Amino acid sequence: MEKITKLPQDSAPVLEAMREHLHNRVVPFDVPGHKGGRGNRELTDFLGLSCLRADVNSMKPLDNLCHPVSVIKQAQALAAEAFGAENAFFIVNGTTGSVQAMIMASVKSGEKIIMPRNVHRSAINALVVNGAIPVYVDPGTNKKLGIPLGMSVSAVEKAIRENPDAKAVLINNPTYYGVCSDIKSIVELAHKNGMLALVDEAHGTHFYFGDDLPMSGMAAGADMAAVSMHKTGGSLTQSSILLCGKNINSDYVRQVINLTQTTSGSYLLISSLDIARKNLSLNGREIFARTVKYAEYARNEINKVGGFYAFGSELCDGDSFFDFDKTKLSVHTRDVGLAGIEVYDILRDDYGIQIEFGDIGNILAIISAGDRALEIERLISSMYEIKRLYSRDKSGMFDHEYIDPEVIMPPQNAFYGNKKSVPINESSGMICGEFVMCYPPGIPILAPGEKITREIISYINYAKEKGCFMTGTQDIKMENINVVV
Amino acid sequence: MDLWFTEHHSDNVKFSIRVDKHLTSVQSEYQRIDVFDTPEFGRILTLDGLLMVTEKDEYIYHEMITHVPMAVDPDISNILVIGAGDGGTVRELTRYSHVQNIDMVEIDEKVVEVCREYLPQTACRLSDPRVHIYYQDGLRYVRGKENEYDLIIVDSTDPFGVGEGLFTKEFYGNCFKALKENGIMVNQHESTFYTSYANSMKRAHSRIKSTFPISLVYQAHIPTYPSGHWLFGFASKSYDPRSDLKADYWNSLGIKTRYYNTILHTGCFAIPNNVRDCLRES
Repeated sequence: MEKITKLPQDSAPVLEAMREHLHNRVVPFDVPGHKGGRGNRELTDFLGLSCLRADVNSMKPLDNLCHPVSVIKQAQALAAEAFGAENAFFIVNGTTGSVQAMIMASVKSGEKIIMPRNVHRSAINALVVNGAIPVYVDPGTNKKLGIPLGMSVSAVEKAIRENPDAKAVLINNPTYYGVCSDIKSIVELAHKNGMLALVDEAHGTHFYFGDDLPMSGMAAGADMAAVSMHKTGGSLTQSSILLCGKNINSDYVRQVINLTQTTSGSYLLISSLDIARKNLSLNGREIFARTVKYAEYARNEINKVGGFYAFGSELCDGDSFFDFDKTKLSVHTRDVGLAGIEVYDILRDDYGIQIEFGDIGNILAIISAGDRALEIERLISSMYEIKRLYSRDKSGMFDHEYIDPEVIMPPQNAFYGNKKSVPINESSGMICGEFVMCYPPGIPILAPGEKITREIISYINYAKEKGCFMTGTQDIKMENINVVV
Repeated sequence: MDLWFTEHHSDNVKFSIRVDKHLTSVQSEYQRIDVFDTPEFGRILTLDGLLMVTEKDEYIYHEMITHVPMAVDPDISNILVIGAGDGGTVRELTRYSHVQNIDMVEIDEKVVEVCREYLPQTACRLSDPRVHIYYQDGLRYVRGKENEYDLIIVDSTDPFGVGEGLFTKEFYGNCFKALKENGIMVNQHESTFYTSYANSMKRAHSRIKSTFPISLVYQAHIPTYPSGHWLFGFASKSYDPRSDLKADYWNSLGIKTRYYNTILHTGCFAIPNNVRDCLRES
C-alpha cells in the first residue's frame, strides 16, 4: 500500500494519476471495450477524444472506488478537509446514492427516522429498501407562496418527544427553493437525545465555500451530509459526495455504500469530483460571491416587473424559514395568473430558456458562476414579456403546494404489500402503494403507505392539467394508481 | 511587407484585405477591438476579428439602416439606437433637423472610445447635443421603456457573442413595448448566402414576425460583408414601408446620399426568391 501523505488543496491526486496513466500509453486489454474511443467512432466524435480516453477502469495506479487505498483515498481526504468533515466518500450513483447510503447506515429495518415530509424521493426510497419507518415533521408552509419550508425546532422537538426511540433526524439544507431550517439547533437537539443528525445537502454544496451563505451541515456538527457536487459544485452530473463527522464509523459507511453502488465507478465522474473540489477550495469564495451577485441582481430586477415575486431573505422568520440561500432564484408566479409550470414551459418553448423547474405556484432558476450577465438579462427580459403577453386573472388557481400526509403503514410494507390498480379518481380513502410526484422537484405528493384523500387527488389532477411532468406510478400515463389491498 | 487581415466568411471561405498598418488593438470586457489602415478600404474596424466598418463602404450600411425608416414616417423625433458604437448610424440620423432626441445604447464603451479616436468619419456626430450615449446592455435598457420611441434601430454585431441578446424574442418584444403606437423597428438582419448567417436570419425573422404586425426585410449590397448581400429588417406597428414611403417629403429635405434614394427605397423590398424562400421557412 502506498503511504498516504497529506496533500495541499491545489493538488488533485486522481487527475494527476490519470494524466500519468494516459501519458504512459498503457495498452488496454481491460474494459471498457471502446478502448479509448477507437471502438466507437460516433461516440468519440460526439463526446470528444479526451473524454473517451479518460473513461478508464479502476486499476492499481488509479485506485478502486469500492476500496480506496491510494489516489482516491487521497482525493477523498482532500475533499473531507475542504468540507470540514472527518471523512468523505465519492459517490457515482448521484446524490440519491449519497442520501440512501446515509440513511441505510444510520437506521435499520423497523427503526424510526424523523424527517420533514418535503424530502426528496431518494430518502423515502431508502426506507422502502431497508424497512425503516419515517416520522414526518410538517415543514410548515408559506401560505402566500404555497411552498413547504424548513422544519421548525419546536416541531422537531415534538417529534422527538413523541418518538424517543427514533435513531436519526434528517434535515434538508436547504430545500429546493433555498429555505433553511435552524440546522445548528436541530443538530444539537438530535445529539442531546442520542440521535444522529443527517443532512440532505443536495442543493447546498456552495454553503461550504461561499461567504455569507447559510450554515453547512458539517459546520453545524451534523454526523453525515449528502452533498450534490454536480448541482452547484461544478462536477459532472451524477457525481456526489457523502461526508461523515467524527462520531461515524466510516468503514461501516463504506460497506453500506458498497451494498448498492456500482463496482465500475466512472473515472469521468470520480476525476470530476476531484477537480471540482480543487476548484472550489481555491476559487469557491469568489465563484459564489459572483453567483450571489447575479442572483440578487436578477431578484431585484424581476421584482420590478410587477406581479412576479422573486422571494429572498426578507421572508426569514427565525423559525421554519430560518435562513435563505441567496444563490437561488425562486419566483412566485401566481399573481400574474400563471402556474409556475406554465411560465417554465413558455420560457423554454418561446424564449429558448431552460430553467430548473416550475411547480404550481413558482419557478426556480439555478444561477451559477457559469452564467453571464447576458443570460441573466435574457431571463429578466423574458419575464417582462411573459407578463405583458400572458398575464391573466388569477382566480381559480390552486393556491397551495403542501398537503400534510397521513402515514398509515411503513413505506416498505406498502410498496411490497399486496396491491391492486384503481383509477386515481376512485382511490380516495385508500392506502397508496407507490409514489406520485412532479419531477422536478421530485418531492412526493404521495409516498407508499400514505392515505389518499380527495384533496390530494384534485391536486394531482390540477398538476397534470397544468402540464407538470408526473412520475412514480407503475401506470406511465398516471391514470391508475396501485393501492394496498 | 505582406500583411493581411482575414475573416472567415464560412469554414471554407476566407475574405482578406491587405493591411498597411495595424493602428490599435484593445481588449475590452466584451471583445477585442482592432483598427487597421488598408490601401483598398481605408481605415477598418474589426470586433473579435470580424469586420464591422470600412471607410470605403460604411455609407451603404449606415444610409440603409437610417433613411429607409426616416422616409416612411416624417414625424420621427425620438429615436433609440442600440449598438452602433462606431457612430455611423447616429451620424446619418443627426442630418434630420426635426429629430429631437437620439438615445444610443452601446454595451462597450471601449468601442466608442476607439472609434472617436480612429474613425472620425463615422464617429463625427457622437457629440451632437441631441445624442445621449448609455453604456449598457441593450436588452436591459429597453425592457425598462414603454411607449417612448418613434423608431428603434438595432445596429448590432452578429448574434454570436456580445450581440446575442439583440436577436432574441424577448428583445423584440421589449422593443415593441418601448415603441409608440406607430413605432418602427429596423435591425441589422444578417444574410442568407452562408448557412450559419441564414439560420440566424431565419430565427430573427420568425421572432420579429411573431411580435410585430408588419415585418419585412430589405436588402443592400455591402462589398465587405459575407457574400456582399446584406439584409435589414423593417418591423412596425402600422406603417408599410412600401406604400407609406413619403418620397416627395424626403426628397424635399435635400439630404445628399451616396447609396439611398427613394426609387431604391421601393426596390430594396423586392427581394430575390432564395431570400423569400428563407423567410417562408422561418
